[in-house]
Amino acid sequence: MSGRRDHDSPAEPAQAPVIELEGVTKVYRTGAIAVAALRGVSLSIAPGEYVAVVGPSGSGKSTLMHILGCLDTPTSGTYRLAGEQVSAMSEGALAEVRNRRIGFVFQQFNLLASLSAWQNVELPLAYAGVHRAERRDLAMAALGRVGLASRVHHRPGELSGGQQQRVAVARALVTEPDLILADEPTGNLDSVSAGDVLSLMDELHEAGRTLVLITHDVGVASASGRVLGIHDGLVTENDDRYLEHVR
Amino acid sequence: MSWWETLRTGLGGVRTHRLRSALTVLGILIGIAAVILTVGLGEGAQAQVSSEITALGTNLLTISPGSSTSTAGIRGGFGTASTLTMADVSALSSRTVAPDIRAVAPITSAAESLTAGSSNWTTTVQGSTPTWLTVRGRSLAQGRFIDNQDVTDHGAVAVLGATTASELFSRSDPLGQSVTVGGVPLTVIGVLTSTGSSSSGSTNQDDLMVIPITTGAERIFGGTSRNSLSSIIVQARSGPDLTAAYQEADHELLALHGITQAANADFTITSSQSLLSTATSVDRTLTILLGGVAGISLLVGGIGVMNIMLVSVTERIREIGLRKALGATPRLIRRQFLVEASVLGLIGGALGALLGIIGAKFLPGVVGNPITISGPATALALLVALCIGVVFGVYPASRAAHLAPIDALRSE
Repeated sequence: MSGRRDHDSPAEPAQAPVIELEGVTKVYRTGAIAVAALRGVSLSIAPGEYVAVVGPSGSGKSTLMHILGCLDTPTSGTYRLAGEQVSAMSEGALAEVRNRRIGFVFQQFNLLASLSAWQNVELPLAYAGVHRAERRDLAMAALGRVGLASRVHHRPGELSGGQQQRVAVARALVTEPDLILADEPTGNLDSVSAGDVLSLMDELHEAGRTLVLITHDVGVASASGRVLGIHDGLVTENDDRYLEHVR
Repeated sequence: MSWWETLRTGLGGVRTHRLRSALTVLGILIGIAAVILTVGLGEGAQAQVSSEITALGTNLLTISPGSSTSTAGIRGGFGTASTLTMADVSALSSRTVAPDIRAVAPITSAAESLTAGSSNWTTTVQGSTPTWLTVRGRSLAQGRFIDNQDVTDHGAVAVLGATTASELFSRSDPLGQSVTVGGVPLTVIGVLTSTGSSSSGSTNQDDLMVIPITTGAERIFGGTSRNSLSSIIVQARSGPDLTAAYQEADHELLALHGITQAANADFTITSSQSLLSTATSVDRTLTILLGGVAGISLLVGGIGVMNIMLVSVTERIREIGLRKALGATPRLIRRQFLVEASVLGLIGGALGALLGIIGAKFLPGVVGNPITISGPATALALLVALCIGVVFGVYPASRAAHLAPIDALRSE
């Protein structure tokens, strides 16, 4: 895979940022009413960083996540992902960028119920055009990495919530993406499983992954190295005010 | 993602939703089986009719008395007048007058009651000459056919059709036995080989008795039409000569009967080919009609596929969103749903063809009509089933392809 990067050496200031947003806005139009979900967001995330984006519901948090994840395009402003200009790409090109550069972890896990754990994990590799035998090996390795080597043939329905989310994490990292984007990864989990998933995130961070975690939970956010607050469509660095406010 | 991968994904989708897939397949299955069976039934009927007409003899012209053209004035209807005589037969038999005619057989015929010992049977009695055998393209199973001596002598001899022979002499050997027709005893000298004709009544070529034409005219049929013929059968040298033979016969008979205008002819010539084309065109119309009805059921099956695929897209909106997030392009999503629809169509088509072939084996025993299953028609039905899957899958597939990933992911 052409997009795979070497992550063995974490964050160095000289390295080009993974994420670069400049004056990004997003306006939703419903008939005559225009709602600005993002009102000029500029931020930069370096390789190997572990960043939490914290904000209450309605703050533009989900919109930011969609744009960071190339699931949506900004109304104005520019977004460079690993140096690649993605703000004005076609749907097909965005799909390819998502496949190559981003690993998603969703609140709802979003595993396909009809497929076994390893088949779920190999899915992004299939879209990347990796050969079957290689896909299987990579999927098995990724599941081993999240501690599910003994559960590879289980279907999602046969796994606990925490295990399912770990399968989802394995799926997110199997393509060795530039960015792992987690949207409320602990939102549907009990505190023990949530702790498991967060420590898994820590491990990935220590291994040099770039992680962006989107949450409304300050406890979750505190696990990260850098906290960004988001309010009314604007992002603020190290948002102690919000942390203070929630406490 | 290769086509092979997409096919695997599509098959997985079909397998995951077993009941729904089975119901969709059922719609196509019934449609395809109905098309194959109705078309097979029509073609079977067509083949049966044409084989029966061919069994009458090929390259044949039948000359019947009376006119089939309607002009002013009163004339005897087709087949009722007594305008054909043995003089016409001998004229047409002439090599110089009609070089393209190979053989001519006069026929007088009537339905008569036959008695042999204690059994009796009503059948068609035909008076003819030895040429009857070649013109009709028949052969003998036993004994001999009537010869010229029998005709000259007004011989009291008869040749029986296979069915007639078995009806009159169920077990015993019919040769040399006596059959009484209208008080005249005739000796059976031969039995015709069975044609295997399955129809009953006057078209059954196995239920008849042939006697010398002179015996019939003088001793059995009698009446005022003693010297007139029911018809004259003319055999052309070959298929391409049929037209020439037709013209020669027409020309000669008009001259012989002193008729100057062809429209006033007191006879009618029909060819076995024209009979065949009339009969098969009737059957073909029926086939098209039935096939059309079956085709509509196939269309309904196709709409079923579209309906199910649309439901499937709505139901699997999260799956589509996820696949898109993981890097599936709209093209791949469209392909996946198209493959699923075509797999459904193809499975339905294959099972429908199988059901049709099985039905063709067992149904004739129930309905009594032969069913002809043709290979190309079955292959075409399969292709149609596949096309139905593709055509009715296009709209649902493009709907799936154009779902925005965030909307798809957001839906609960």
